[in-house]
Amino acid sequence: MDTINLTIDNKPVVVKSGTTILEAASGIGVHIPTLCHMKLDDLNIENKPGGCRVCVVEVEGRRNLAPACCTGVAEGMVVNTHSIRAINARRTVMELILSDHPADCLICAKSGNCELQDMAHQLGIREIHYQGEQSRYREDTSPAIIREVDKCIMCRRCEMMCNEVQTVGVLSAINRGFNSVVSPAFEMNLDHSVCTYCGQCVAVCPTGALTEVDETGNVIRALSDPSKTVIVQTAPAVRAALGEEFGMEPGTLVTGKLVAALKQLGFDYVFDTDFAADLTIMEEGTELLSRLSKHLAGDKDVKLPILTSCCPAWVKFFEHQFPEMKDIPSTARSPQQMFGSIAKTYFAEKMGIKREDLVVVSIMPCVAKKYECGRDEFKVNDNPDVDYALTTRELAALIKISNIEFRLLPNEDFDNPLGESTGAAVIFGTTGGVIEAAVRTAYEIHTKKELPRIDFEELRGMEGIRKATIDFGGLPLKIGIAHGLGNARKLLEDIRAGKSEFHAIEIMSCPGGCIGGGGQPYHHGNAEILKKRQMAIYREDRNKAIRKSHENPYIIELYEEFLGKPMSEKAHHLLHTEYFDRTE
Amino acid sequence: MSEYKMHLLVCSGTGCKWSESEEIINSFNTMIDEFGLEDDVQVVRTGCFGFCEKGPIVKVLPDNTFYVRVTPGDTEEIIKEHVVKGRAVQRLLYTDPVTRENVSDSKGIEFYKKQIRIALRNCGFINPENIEEYIARDGYMALGKCLTELTPEKTIQEIKNSGLRGRGGGGFPTGLKWEITRKSEADQKYVVCNADEGDPGAFMDRSILEGDPHSVLEAMAICGYCIGADKGLVYIRAEYPLAIERLKTAIKQAQEFGLLGEDILGTGFNFTIELRYGAGAFVCGEETALIHSMEGLRGEPTFKPPFPSVSGYMGKPTNVNNVETFANIPVILNKGANWFSKIGTEKSKGTKVFALAGKINNVGLIEVPMGTTLREVIYDIGGGIKNGKAFKSVQTGGPSGGCLTKDFLDTPIDYDNLIAAGSMMGSGGMIVMDEDDCMVSIARFYLEFTLEESCGKCTPCRIGNKRLHEILDKITNGKGVEEDIERLKVLSTVIKDTSLCGLGQSSPNPVLSTIANFENEYLAHVNEGKCPAGQCKALLKYEIVEDLCTGCTLCFRNCPVGAITGERRQPHYIDQSICIKCGVCFEKCKFNAITLT
Repeated sequence: MDTINLTIDNKPVVVKSGTTILEAASGIGVHIPTLCHMKLDDLNIENKPGGCRVCVVEVEGRRNLAPACCTGVAEGMVVNTHSIRAINARRTVMELILSDHPADCLICAKSGNCELQDMAHQLGIREIHYQGEQSRYREDTSPAIIREVDKCIMCRRCEMMCNEVQTVGVLSAINRGFNSVVSPAFEMNLDHSVCTYCGQCVAVCPTGALTEVDETGNVIRALSDPSKTVIVQTAPAVRAALGEEFGMEPGTLVTGKLVAALKQLGFDYVFDTDFAADLTIMEEGTELLSRLSKHLAGDKDVKLPILTSCCPAWVKFFEHQFPEMKDIPSTARSPQQMFGSIAKTYFAEKMGIKREDLVVVSIMPCVAKKYECGRDEFKVNDNPDVDYALTTRELAALIKISNIEFRLLPNEDFDNPLGESTGAAVIFGTTGGVIEAAVRTAYEIHTKKELPRIDFEELRGMEGIRKATIDFGGLPLKIGIAHGLGNARKLLEDIRAGKSEFHAIEIMSCPGGCIGGGGQPYHHGNAEILKKRQMAIYREDRNKAIRKSHENPYIIELYEEFLGKPMSEKAHHLLHTEYFDRTE
Repeated sequence: MSEYKMHLLVCSGTGCKWSESEEIINSFNTMIDEFGLEDDVQVVRTGCFGFCEKGPIVKVLPDNTFYVRVTPGDTEEIIKEHVVKGRAVQRLLYTDPVTRENVSDSKGIEFYKKQIRIALRNCGFINPENIEEYIARDGYMALGKCLTELTPEKTIQEIKNSGLRGRGGGGFPTGLKWEITRKSEADQKYVVCNADEGDPGAFMDRSILEGDPHSVLEAMAICGYCIGADKGLVYIRAEYPLAIERLKTAIKQAQEFGLLGEDILGTGFNFTIELRYGAGAFVCGEETALIHSMEGLRGEPTFKPPFPSVSGYMGKPTNVNNVETFANIPVILNKGANWFSKIGTEKSKGTKVFALAGKINNVGLIEVPMGTTLREVIYDIGGGIKNGKAFKSVQTGGPSGGCLTKDFLDTPIDYDNLIAAGSMMGSGGMIVMDEDDCMVSIARFYLEFTLEESCGKCTPCRIGNKRLHEILDKITNGKGVEEDIERLKVLSTVIKDTSLCGLGQSSPNPVLSTIANFENEYLAHVNEGKCPAGQCKALLKYEIVEDLCTGCTLCFRNCPVGAITGERRQPHYIDQSICIKCGVCFEKCKFNAITLT
C-alpha cells in the first residue's frame, strides 16, 4: 500500500507508507516536541535513537506510549499527541532530564540558544518533582572544544555526527545506567584523541555540553592595548550567516555590516580572508597544474589526485587516519594561515610594524581554526601567524558586548591591500567552491584561453560525494568533491586501493562546507538554513566585479612586490606547509 | 550405557562442581580401579539434577538410588556397600521432611513428583560431553526427520501447532517467529541463541547448556533449516565458563559426526554454529541489544520495528530464541505437536523451567507443566518456607517481575495469569520471601539491580529508575513521607509507559506490585517510622527496659559508639541519636532488658 490513512488529534491524515508519526503530524501543523531527534534533510543525516522520549504520543490500542520520531504510521492508526497521559509522561520525562542537569542557565554559554531550555519552556515546566543526585564529570578543555559533560542529556547527536557522518569515532556513549554519558573512550581528553575539532558535535549539541573555546576576552584585551596593531580577517562563510545571530533571515548577506561592525569594534584594519583564498588558488592551482603536467609527461613519482588542504579538520583527519598518504594533499596552507603569514611579513614590513606588535584575529565559521592557528609550524619564534580565531558565534557575542546595533549598521568596505577579493574566493565558503575557484584559474593558465563560462553548475550542490569532468582544452579533468569526513574517507579509501579516477578532489569536513561549519550560528537541525547560506555565497560571487583569483589586482601586486611567482622559494616558505603522521 | 551393570551418575553442573563433584568422580574412578570394577561400573559426569539444595548429587542406575550432599569421603562407602554388596547407604539418602523417612528412589522424592522434564529431559541423565549419549536418547533424530521427511513449512507448522511460546520471557509464539524470519528475503540469515541469562539467582539456561548442550545445537540447526539460515550464533555470557566449554565440545563433536557443518546427513543442508561472548550486561538479553553487542557495538537496544526477523545481526534477518525455547524443539518434533500441546494451559503449552530461590527449603532447578499453581511449586516441590517461617511473597519474572502475595498462591502459572496478577513469567526466576523480608527493601534491591543494568539510553530508565531508587532509599532510611508513595506510583507508571525496551518497561514492577500488595508496609515506614519486618536498620530502635536492667554495664562496655550511659547498678539508657543499631547490646544483655522495636 502506498498511502496510509490515520487520525492525529482527531484530524484525518493521508501520508505515504513509511512516514513516521512525527512527520505525519508535522504535515498537518501538529508539532510534536522532540529533543534527541534531528534530521538534516538534503544531507541525509538523521539522529533517531528514540532515547529522550519527549516525543511520546498515545496510540489507541497500544500498551505503552509511542515515540513519534521512530514509530511508523499504520492504516487506521488513531494518535493523540496531547492526551493527558501523553502530556503527563512528556512533562515527567522532561522533569527527569532537568533533574540531572545543572540549572545554571543564566551563565551558560548556550543560554538563549539551548534546545533543552526552549523545551522546558514549551512544556511549561515550573517545578521538578523528582530531585536527586546529579551526574558529575570533569570538564575537558581542548584547543578548540570544551566538553562540559554535566550538561550532556544523552541525545547522542554528537555521537552520530562523530561516528556516522564524520567516521572519526571519538565520541560514544560510555558507562551504564545513570552514569551513562557521551565521551571519548576511557574518558580520555579530546586532545589526546583523534578528534579533528571539526566541531560538528558542537554544531548539533542541544545543550551547553559542547561549546567552542571562548577567545572573545583575549580579543577585547588586544583591542584595548595601545601598543598593538590589531587586524582582522573574516572568512567567506561568515558573511552568509552572521545576520542570523541578529534575527535576520537565513541567507542574508551582511558583508558590509560585518565590516562596519569590525571597524566599530576597533580593529585597526579590517581585511578579508577571501584575499588569502585568492592567494590559495594561485598556489594550489599552480601545484595542481604542475603535478598534472608531470603526470601527463609520464612521471611515475607524481602523486595524483591532488587534494585540497584548506580545511584544518580534514588535515588532522588524514594525519590520523591516512598518514601514509600525507604527500597527496596540496602543500598549500589554508587561507587563514596564508593570510596570517602574509600579514606578519609583507603587510607588517609595508606598514613598519614589528611582528610582535601585530595581532592577527580571524573570524571563522569553524572551531578547528582555533586549533590550526596554534599548530607549531604556523609560528615564528613562538609568535603565531594568527593570534586568535573567533567563530561566527563569538563575533556575534563580541558585537553584542560592545553595544553595537548590528542591524542598523551602514555597509562599509574592507581595507586594502589585504581586503580585495574575487568571486572565486567567496565560494570557498561552500562545498564545491574551492575546486570551482581552482578550475576558473587553472583552466585559463593551462589553456591560455579565457573561460567560456564562469559558473560550473556541475560542481555545485549538496550531494555528499559529487564528481564532474571538466574539459581543459581537450584534457578531461576529472574532479571529485566530498563534504563530511565520512564521504572523504570513501574517496581516500579508493585512492588507497588504487581505484580513484580523479585528478583533483576537494574535501571539506563539515556537511555543506564552511557554511555548515562548527562555528556558525546554530542551525538546530534545519537544513534549509544551510541551503540559504549556500545560495547567498553564490549570490555574492555573481555580484563581484572580478570572479577569477588570478585577476585580483592586489594578488598580482603581492607577487610582483613580494613573492615573485606562485610556488617560488619565498611562496613555498610562507604559503606552504608539511603534514605529520599522528598515529604514533 | 548397556554394557555396564551399574552407572554412577555424578552431577557436574556449576553448583555441584564447586562442591567438589570432580573430586567425587576422581575418587569413584580410583576406587573402581582398586576394586577391579572397571568392566561393571561406569561413572558418568552429568548435568544438573536440579535439586541443588542437596548437592552434590550422585544417582545410581539401574535402581535409581538418589544420594544427596555427597562428599569425596563418602565414595568409599558407596562403592563398598552399594556397588559391591548392593546395600544402599542409608545416611546419604534423602530424608522426607514430613515423614522423616529415607527415600531411596528419586521418583519418590516430593521435589520431583510434580515435575515434568522436557527441556531438562537429559540434564542429570547423560554425559553432556559425549554426543553418543545424546544420540542414544533420540538426539539429532528430530533434525534428521526434518531434513529428510519434512519441509521447512511443515516443520514450522508443527512448531506452531505445538503452541510453544518463547521461554525468554516475552512469550512470543515460536513458530510464528520462525515463519516471519523464513518469509524475510535475504542472501544471508542467522539463527541466534540467546544464552545471556541475567536474572539474579536464575540458572535455567546455564543448566541446560551444561547438562544437554546438543539439544540446543540440534534445535538451532532445525531452525536454520526452517528459516533458510546456514549460520548460527550462541550469545553466551563469559561468566558461564563451564557452559562455554561444554558447548565448544558439543559443537566439535557434532561436526565430527556430520551433524553440523557442510552437507548435514548428506542432505545438502549446511549449518555452522559459533559462540559470541557477552560481558555480563543484563540488557543484552534484549534481542536488539544482544545483536548490537554481537556486532561489537555498545550493548543497547534500538527501537522495534524493524524486528530482528526482518533486520537483525549485520542487518540480516535473524531469528533469536532463548536456550530453553530451543531445548523444547527436538522433543516437540519427535513426540509431535499434539503430545506437547496437551501439556499446559489453554494459551501456554508445555512446561516451564524455574530457578527456585530465596527462603525456600528446596532451592534448585525445576520444570513443571504450565498451569501448576504457585502453591504446588512452593510447598510441594519447594518443600515450603525455610525454618518454619511464614510465607510472605513470591517474585516471578526476575528483577522486573512483580511480588505476589499468598492470595495468588493458587494461581495456575502461565504467561497470561502472571501478567494479570501484576507480575510476569520472565525467564524463570522465582524468589520466595518470608515474614522477615521487608517489601520496601525488596523493591529497593531490585531497583538497585535495574539501575546498574540500565543501558542509559532512554531518559525514563536512566534517570527515572535512579529517582525511584532514591525515594525507596529515603523511605527505608526512615525519611519518607506519605506523598512519596504516590510519587513512586506516578513515576513508575511513566517509566513503564515511556521506556524504550523491556528493561525499563518492566523495571518499576517490583515497586508497583509491592505497593499494590503491601501498601501497609510502606505506610508503616512513612507514617509510623517502623519497618514491620525489622529489616530497615534506620527504623530500628533498641531500648532498655528500666525494670529489667540490673546496671551490669555489659552493654555499656560493649557499645562500639558510646551510645549507652548509666551508673553501675542503675538502669542504663541508649542515646538514639548516637546508636548505630548494630545490635551488640541486644546480643550481650543477659537479662533480656533490651528491646527491639
